[in-house]
Amino acid sequence: MAEVIVHKLNKKFDLTHVVKDVDLQIHDKEFVVFVGPSGCGKTTTLRMIAGLEAITSGDILIDNTVVNDVPPMDRDIAMVFQNYALYPHMSVAGNMAFGLKMRKFEKSEIETRIKRAADILGIGDLLQRKPRQLSGGQRQRVALGRAIVRDPKVFLFDEPLSNLDAKLRVQMRVELKKLHERLGTTAIYVTHDQVEAMTLGDRVVVMKDGVVQQVGEPLELYNTPANRFVAGFIGSPAMNFADVTLAAGNGKVWAEAPGLRIGLPEQVAHRVNGRNGGKATVGIRPEDIHIAGPADPAELCFDVEVEVVEQLGSEILLDTRAGNTTFVASVEPTLRTRVHDHLKLAINPARLHLFDAQTEAAI
Amino acid sequence: MIEGAAWRRWVFYNIPLILFVFVLLFPFYWMIITTFRPDGELYRPWNAPNYMPFWTNHPTLEHIEYLFEETNFARWMLNTMFIAVVSTLISLFCGVLAGYALARLNFPWAGSLGTMIFITYLVPQTLLFIPLAQIIRNFELGDTPWSLILTYPTFLIPFCTWLMMGYFKAIPKELEECARIDGASRWKAMVYIIIPCAVPGILSAGIIAFTLSWNEFIYALVFLSSPDQKTVPVGVTSELIRGDVFFWGPLMAGALLGSIPVAIVYSFFVEHYVSGLTGSVKG
Repeated sequence: MAEVIVHKLNKKFDLTHVVKDVDLQIHDKEFVVFVGPSGCGKTTTLRMIAGLEAITSGDILIDNTVVNDVPPMDRDIAMVFQNYALYPHMSVAGNMAFGLKMRKFEKSEIETRIKRAADILGIGDLLQRKPRQLSGGQRQRVALGRAIVRDPKVFLFDEPLSNLDAKLRVQMRVELKKLHERLGTTAIYVTHDQVEAMTLGDRVVVMKDGVVQQVGEPLELYNTPANRFVAGFIGSPAMNFADVTLAAGNGKVWAEAPGLRIGLPEQVAHRVNGRNGGKATVGIRPEDIHIAGPADPAELCFDVEVEVVEQLGSEILLDTRAGNTTFVASVEPTLRTRVHDHLKLAINPARLHLFDAQTEAAI
Repeated sequence: MIEGAAWRRWVFYNIPLILFVFVLLFPFYWMIITTFRPDGELYRPWNAPNYMPFWTNHPTLEHIEYLFEETNFARWMLNTMFIAVVSTLISLFCGVLAGYALARLNFPWAGSLGTMIFITYLVPQTLLFIPLAQIIRNFELGDTPWSLILTYPTFLIPFCTWLMMGYFKAIPKELEECARIDGASRWKAMVYIIIPCAVPGILSAGIIAFTLSWNEFIYALVFLSSPDQKTVPVGVTSELIRGDVFFWGPLMAGALLGSIPVAIVYSFFVEHYVSGLTGSVKG
């Protein structure tokens, strides 16, 4: 069990600056997920914490000890790799025992630990098999088992579920969460899948181009994204964005785009004082758009043409167009509509997001 | 497999394959049949009656007996075996370490160094033996097995290094990283994880290195002179071709017996050998 502190961490590969001034404090027993698109520096950050990648500048502390120059073997961490990295010539038991043998554990202790880990993961009957005789899910469990037998201070996961099929991924995700509840070890998890990040993380770190965009609890990121990138990255289907011009009129502030005119609600409007005539981006999640009814004020409604109807069973996703802007709306599954139908949609004013057009930061 | 009519399969697949196999195997057949043919048949003119070049009705072991009784053939076999085994072991040891270093350690110029090592492999032996002969003479190693054991690695080490480098690169880096996180030093990760994974590659390199040393001719011809120091390729050709007289029976018997150890080594490791050349690591 340990706290991990990353302070002003930087990594450069020749001229490419892949991790820029990352600052982060990961509490004891916390499950922190790094998420971001490919090449955002999340895996590099994890590898630096593991000691597999040298640090260009900054500090990494595990359990209040600076480990910048400590080799991986002495950091007391365990890592699960995307391709599992099981030793192909060793049995499952051999794979799990390797780390303990290297650390010169007693034979009886090794056996006890392997048995306990195998019981936790339900792989007791696979112990004598070789990795090539296992299915993807079983390999994943063995890789987890190899990490937990060591009882390390920190678990590091590098996209461990990416190689599994969709169904198994969901199942393993739940098991990982349970495992963390049970063991309580500090865990750092890297993924490009925002659903994994939202479901697994106590806190989520969103990265882009080597820079941390926002750190927060999953719902905090969802409800109050710090910028347009986080808003678009977190949530599925993604948030709708409309590039608008702000204009004053009739005592209100209007967000205008070709074919679209929305009156900003009071709580948003006062934040854009003095920006009239300027550019901004409006963001609204698909579930915050609904078919307009008589109760919806006219300034929150807009006309659209339906382009695609996605029937998902529990909901319908409507891909619609208003002028130059496309909107995805999540509506009741009972709605009967067809492509090219004209509809009036309304937005939930309390859930409207506004971003600066230049800096993309939330307003 | 060729799809379509039977004639297409014959023209594009079966006939070329049969021709290829024939061209490949005929010399071996010729070697075997000549070994067991009595001299009376061997030196019969082609236009003589009852001339049967491809078969014999009177097989004999006289050539093999001649080989063991009248020449130092058994001694040559032992020499060749000793030289091939020791030089292969030396080359494998160096090749595995160098290949690992070039594939995995990120030191400056690693790439260029790998290419330079490969270039040394391209220097023809027919040129390299001249300076090597000088060195062998200076160290007074001439006419001893060590003259070959120490010179064969000049072409075996680059070859093994290059082959092992490719093989090590094919082994996922994560295996080693995982081992290092598990508590192994780089050396232990190499010994316990990477080398066991590279066994097919090491066997392939070993088999080819063994074959190259077993068949090597020019260094053996230049550096060895006494009949009891010679290797099989040199012994057979120098002792059984006298002037313009070819002792075809014993020559072929020597070639046949000389190729048996290599054939055994190949057939023994063939499975590993194939997976080694295709670079497969099952994970």
